[in-house]
Amino acid sequence: MAGPGLRFDEMGGQGEAVRQTYERLAQWLNDTPADLLASRRRQAELLFRRIGITFAVYGDKEATERLIPFDIVPRILSRAEWDRLEKGLIQRVRALNMFLADVYGAREILRAGIVPADLVYKNPGYRPEMAGRPVPHDVYVHIAGIDIIRVDERDFYVLEDNARTPSGVSYMLENREVMMRLFPELFANHRVAPVENYPDALLATLRSVAPRTAGRDPAAVLLTPGQFNSAYYEHSFLADKLGVELVEGRDLFVQDDVVYMRTTEGPRRVDVIYRRIDDDFLDPLAFRPDSALGVPGLMHAYQAGNVTLCNAVGTGVADDKAIYTYMPDVIRFYLNEEPILKNVPTWRCREADALKYVLDNLGDLVVKEVNGSGGYGMLVGPHASKAEIESFRAKLARDPANFIAQPTLSLSTVPTSFDEGVRPRHVDLRPFVLSGSDGVRVVPGGLTRVAMKEGSLVVNSSQGGGTKDTWVLDDLGA
Amino acid sequence: MLSRTADNLYWLARYMERADYLARVVEVTRRMANLPRAYGGVATEWDSALISSGAEEAFAATGLEPNETNVTCFLTFDENNPSSIRNCIELARTNARAVRTALTHEMWEAINGGWLEIRRFDARRNGQGMLDAEDLTQFLELVKEVSVQFDGSAYRTMLRNDAYWFSRLGMYVERADNTARILDVKYHVLLPDVETIGGSLDYFQWTSVLRAVSALTAYHWVYRQSIKPWLIADLLILKAEMPRSLLSCYENISHFLDLIGKAYGRQGLAQRQARQLYARLEHARIEEIFQTGLHEFITAFIDDNNRIGGRIAEQYLV
Repeated sequence: MAGPGLRFDEMGGQGEAVRQTYERLAQWLNDTPADLLASRRRQAELLFRRIGITFAVYGDKEATERLIPFDIVPRILSRAEWDRLEKGLIQRVRALNMFLADVYGAREILRAGIVPADLVYKNPGYRPEMAGRPVPHDVYVHIAGIDIIRVDERDFYVLEDNARTPSGVSYMLENREVMMRLFPELFANHRVAPVENYPDALLATLRSVAPRTAGRDPAAVLLTPGQFNSAYYEHSFLADKLGVELVEGRDLFVQDDVVYMRTTEGPRRVDVIYRRIDDDFLDPLAFRPDSALGVPGLMHAYQAGNVTLCNAVGTGVADDKAIYTYMPDVIRFYLNEEPILKNVPTWRCREADALKYVLDNLGDLVVKEVNGSGGYGMLVGPHASKAEIESFRAKLARDPANFIAQPTLSLSTVPTSFDEGVRPRHVDLRPFVLSGSDGVRVVPGGLTRVAMKEGSLVVNSSQGGGTKDTWVLDDLGA
Repeated sequence: MLSRTADNLYWLARYMERADYLARVVEVTRRMANLPRAYGGVATEWDSALISSGAEEAFAATGLEPNETNVTCFLTFDENNPSSIRNCIELARTNARAVRTALTHEMWEAINGGWLEIRRFDARRNGQGMLDAEDLTQFLELVKEVSVQFDGSAYRTMLRNDAYWFSRLGMYVERADNTARILDVKYHVLLPDVETIGGSLDYFQWTSVLRAVSALTAYHWVYRQSIKPWLIADLLILKAEMPRSLLSCYENISHFLDLIGKAYGRQGLAQRQARQLYARLEHARIEEIFQTGLHEFITAFIDDNNRIGGRIAEQYLV
């Protein structure tokens, strides 16, 4: 694994000639005057305001939604790289689904001692309500967002499995639309694999897992917490592209264990719910009684097998950072295969030896809360002040099991366009993996997140990260 | 479609229509209140404005004197008046945001653009909460423009399906209510037993009624004679070609309800009652209305219109 000194740039490799995948882009960047790039950057922003999150953005009193910075230089993967990545993603998501079916079913992996039982049962994402209640076709994670990083030419590492309600796919789709409008000449001399079929693939996935009691034309809906949720834009965007109703909890009701939506033509049965609401808020009768977002009786209908929730309830137990550390073994256990995607080496602070090492090397490590997300509650050792390190040391000593630590990886960089010129910036990648009863679908690409600040390794949009279009090149032929 | 979506579309259109009407009421009232006494200007104009905008109770609760400043503030920007123009536009926008996928881009732009402009005016109010006279004029113009833009963009860009029909229903139910209210407040000046020798004091009252529903020019085109109170009533109640007349509103309401009924393959009380009311208006004659009592007729109409709004809600929106 490359150390911090050996930064891997996806265009320039480790300092030698331009990598083949990027040849034409490098040429184009070279030939394109800076003022043209600047004007395209401005156009891109205008387009995003217009076709993108226009609705909530300008002058909004709540200011809950803003534009996420968009960079106009695409991030490119060759077909060969993508094929390898895709195989790895499919393998990983299959294992995640098998793990969940097992944890809520026969519990073989716990009995075999591969994953410690307390990590499962004491996990806040574990839902005892799901134990012994199979879900349709054994699919739990219908929509997964697997965060991938690379540090060198060879390997892809999984940074995080997002198995609950991963977001960001609307940016993948809109980034491509904007790029195609702004740079038709670039698309003319690259063979970029399309991503626009994602909504179709998603709809097919959702319909494939409809309950057996559904009619021949199962009705899917997208359940949103409502217009004040920060991802509301994505919810309405997807509902629109899928051609399904965007519902809130109050639009649904349960009668005799069947879910209905209130329509102008009377109650209409709902078979599949693509829910963008956390487990806790789904059903005030089953989970948080104070939730006004959910649907009373939904869990009961779900357990009766009359409605499918996507993702299933209780998937949080699999995207926990502590469980993450066992994923290579989980893959071996269920699939009897070597993992194609690597795990970032991780110290589990619950283990005494690991904790000692972590405490001794805090200045070099990234320390994360097991259940944290969005870049909150983490320590980036090399970028932290002495005081921050000391305060983290105290937290670690208090509750070591709540933390894991990883080496500070030098994420690969990709050329990124600024007023002062094109500069390398660190990126990660979130491809979206769809699992239905009829197989696994991955559209070639995903959401590339980029740390816009020089040297920064934090790509989360909540921390000022931006996004890029991600290209999988089918070939470099004429 | 989701009942909530239909409900949002229906109320979105109602609030936009109401904002337009309120702007006209404030305009007309300013005009009347500024007339010298000898021409019919009376101190109670601002009371009438409150009544015809259905805000008299809410205003009374403030304990303020119903003078120009207080009533204008209350009807334009007051946050505590659920039906102030600002609140109408705000509510319209909230409804629009909730159903943005059901709206066309143009409709959203009309609402959101208008809302942003109105916020700019809001920020320019003085310590008493008033805009200066020039700003107020512009503000009222803006509100009317926004409403026309919204209406026009809906008409030009929406698919002709239930989303469009519910939005139109909202507009016409609100419009019928508004026209009926202005008639209700002013019915006494329209009664024919008032002597109407040329230059009557009531002339300005009559024209103010017409202005409130933007029908002053229309009146001349339809009747080609001087302003007669019973003809005003005829125009606003029974003329099919007058787009704000009660008859025209009900022609539209029953038309759109029929389209919905046909598309859904089911008719209900809303359709039946709307058709009955439409038929009653279609066969009515203004002389008979005056004989049986204009006031009684209007009050009954307002009740019927409310009832039909309720039927629409029960049948489709909840």
